[in-house]
Amino acid sequence: MQKNKRPFFFNPKLTEKIGVSALTLVAFLTVAPIVAVVIYIVILGAPAISWEFITAMPRDGMRAGGIWPAIIGTFYLTIGTAIFSVPLGVAAAIYLSEYAGDNRLTRYIRLAIINLAGIPSVVYGLFGLGLFVIFLNFGTSILSASLTLSIMTLPVIISTTEEALRAVPQSFRVVSTSLGATKWQTIRRVVLPQALPGILTGVVLGLERAAGETAPILFTGAAFFLPRLPNSPLDATMALPYHLYVISTQVPGMPIQIQYGTVLVLMVFVLVMNLIVTLIRSRARARRQW
Amino acid sequence: MKEKIIVENLGLKYSDGTESLFGINLRIQANKITALIGPAGGGKSTFLRTLNRLNDLADVAEVSGKVLIDGVDVLDPETDVIALRRKVGIVFSRPLPLPLSIYKNISYGLEVAGEKKREVLDEAVERALHLAQLWEEVNDRLDDPAAALSGGQQQRLCLARTLALKPEIILLDEPTSALDPISTLKIEDSLDELKKEYTIIIAPHNTQQAARVADMVAFFLQGEVIEYDTAAKIYTKPQDSRTQDYITGKFG
Repeated sequence: MQKNKRPFFFNPKLTEKIGVSALTLVAFLTVAPIVAVVIYIVILGAPAISWEFITAMPRDGMRAGGIWPAIIGTFYLTIGTAIFSVPLGVAAAIYLSEYAGDNRLTRYIRLAIINLAGIPSVVYGLFGLGLFVIFLNFGTSILSASLTLSIMTLPVIISTTEEALRAVPQSFRVVSTSLGATKWQTIRRVVLPQALPGILTGVVLGLERAAGETAPILFTGAAFFLPRLPNSPLDATMALPYHLYVISTQVPGMPIQIQYGTVLVLMVFVLVMNLIVTLIRSRARARRQW
Repeated sequence: MKEKIIVENLGLKYSDGTESLFGINLRIQANKITALIGPAGGGKSTFLRTLNRLNDLADVAEVSGKVLIDGVDVLDPETDVIALRRKVGIVFSRPLPLPLSIYKNISYGLEVAGEKKREVLDEAVERALHLAQLWEEVNDRLDDPAAALSGGQQQRLCLARTLALKPEIILLDEPTSALDPISTLKIEDSLDELKKEYTIIIAPHNTQQAARVADMVAFFLQGEVIEYDTAAKIYTKPQDSRTQDYITGKFG
């Protein structure tokens, strides 16, 4: 035995240690900025948070008062985006994964979906302006903005849903078919319930991105300032991300805690969405029996 | 003797070019247990899945010949495959319960057929579980997930699930290959009882099982039926030397 004569990098125990330490360090480094950002925002934004900040209209050129119209606006936009993008996206994914085979057409469809995901969000904004606001004459409105955000969200929902559907074991489909179920019965009764947790993950990822986007709503539905709340889908609305852009760059003499307070509210908004879906998902998982 | 299934010159080719079945001719009798024996890759599974058109889900390029069940060619594109699959049930080699409760696993086939009446479903579930000799073990926990059962129980559940549809033919594709000897015995006992009402085709996972349960035996080798006769003849006086070699364990 030639013990201890090899250079240290041939020592498997040592290299194992070095490897694990390096990976731990990298994992920590990726999490650290997120933690730092959250702490920074909470420290700077927390002083602004009050009942009035959340529930009141802005006053004094948005330098005082609350951000209620922006909160409710983002809420409406997220709901509107969900209404259009979730059924469409899930249906498209079902078609791609369960019905369409692997042929030239579906390969082009998949390629298009991947490319859609790579388009800069401001391009969606311009597209929405052209199609929904001007051509279809929906005006700058919650409807136009929701439709624009939906198109942006679709690729995320389609690809994650398709992946979730594909992860359902093929044997379930064979068994269900062997028991005399049609394709659709198999999908509805066996495949979809199994894929639900994965689908919800995709939906929430997509909607969170929609809730935080500024560029797509910039020309299609977001308002600089509105003295009243929107009361129809054809009204323009204030929204948290756009409001943040406005108070950070367009209003001189803006107190910093209002800016960070707004960020904090947006973050909590997204976090609450996440929590709700995590809850639904864990309940769906508990019912999953394999 | 009534012939339930008549297979004429059945050939099957997968889309990757491999041919799985060549000119199969078999006349399968009603209310008998027919065993398909032979080494792996001989086309037994493919043959079984052709009988209820489950191969429609696989990458099959070409099917030729005829499969007449009660005189009707099931390979005809006009065949109502849903009705066919209810008539020709299948149990797979691994226990594959659906991700549902014990009860729902068995009622599934009836529910997709449109049966909604609770009494009818309850009765069918109980009957099927009795037939598969599982009722005593699970009657107090029908709403538990099927995945919580043991492997042997799961496989009997799969048998019950197939029986609940009141099929006429039951296909069993190595139904006990993943089971312990006691569970295997329970399934074999059920089969002996079941053949009074059903036509059973089994691809056993070893030749001894075929000897225990089968009335008729077909020896499959590389996509062809080498020999088809009563179990007694196949096991005592096989006509073909390859059959002889296989059942005496010289290859396989």
